Amino acid sequence: MSDHVQEHMLGFVRGRYPDAQISGSDDIFALGFVNSLFAMELVMFIEKEFSVTIPNDELQIDNFRTAQSMSELVARCSPVAASAQA
Amino acid sequence: MDVMGVVGAGVMGIGVAQNLAQTGHEVILVDKDEATASQALVTIRNNCRMSRLMGGPALDPDEVLARITIGAGADAVAKADIVIENVTENWDIKRAVYEALDEACQPGTIFIVNTSAIPITKVAAVTRRPAQVVGVHFMNPVPAKPAVELIPGFHTSPQTVERTRELLTAMGKKAIKVNDSCGFVSNRVLMLTVNEAAYLLYEGVADAESVDEVFRSCFGHPMGPLETADLIGVDTILYSVEVLYEHYSDSKYRPCPLLRQMTDAGLHGRKSGRGFYDYTVSRTANSKESTNV
Repeated sequence: MSDHVQEHMLGFVRGRYPDAQISGSDDIFALGFVNSLFAMELVMFIEKEFSVTIPNDELQIDNFRTAQSMSELVARCSPVAASAQA
Repeated sequence: MDVMGVVGAGVMGIGVAQNLAQTGHEVILVDKDEATASQALVTIRNNCRMSRLMGGPALDPDEVLARITIGAGADAVAKADIVIENVTENWDIKRAVYEALDEACQPGTIFIVNTSAIPITKVAAVTRRPAQVVGVHFMNPVPAKPAVELIPGFHTSPQTVERTRELLTAMGKKAIKVNDSCGFVSNRVLMLTVNEAAYLLYEGVADAESVDEVFRSCFGHPMGPLETADLIGVDTILYSVEVLYEHYSDSKYRPCPLLRQMTDAGLHGRKSGRGFYDYTVSRTANSKESTNV
């Protein structure tokens, strides 16, 4: 699941920025080719693509820095993860 | 506590209403119909959620929205102490709005003209309260931008300027005072830059991405002029350039035909999903997504 999400997120970022050489652990904000407006697009993409609602307190830039961190975020927000924690 | 009327629930009005509400002000947000104002609340809720991502404070959307009521038409802001107007940068539209506001509002109400280009003295002249009309050029996105241009008109009283400065301080804004002149400082420069960038694309000198890349990589700007145009709204850019052109009667402000064509075609930028760039195509598609205009 997490690899799948990670690849999906990398595909999304590469789709918008084809020249970017990025891997799952690269900080896409530190690389300088995305800005905070793109972070909003990431939120909307994740919520639509993985049918999750990201809680407000998870909407912080650190959760969107890498494909890996976004994959972990999706895992935390998915219904399966929520019920497993309950 | 003063009641703030925000007229116009487009990109700027939404930002102003949110900024006021998140800094503790009671806001009445109006547009020509209630459905538009109602839709604005959905956008504000979403923008509040995204606040921290945009480098702003953590916001509770419910708390912010609880301070905003919506309505339709000038009468809905009749009890406001200060009205901030954010309608389209089109003189005929603005004039009609100010005539209606002047009728509807209390004599003591201050009118703040949120404009990027229209002279404040000209707006003040259609009201019976020119001493209480002052310009503030808010930047987009309003809650995230730390400064504004503050523009007194010819008749604006020092009290009006001072009261407006206090409000701006309470909103977290630094006010940079400049004199009344069409386009003020910011748009005399910015609109010409965007217009010229559009000409570069129109003439085939460079594609949109290359134009923006020069500004980002060579000049260190966070965004290029065409990305900026998509954020502001291509239609708004066109109207602003037209206002400059009409006001100065100077051909250096002639609007690029591409801006007019894009406006007619509904390519208004981020708010419509497509402008110089396409924000609607599949995000996983392996394309640059520059709009082929």
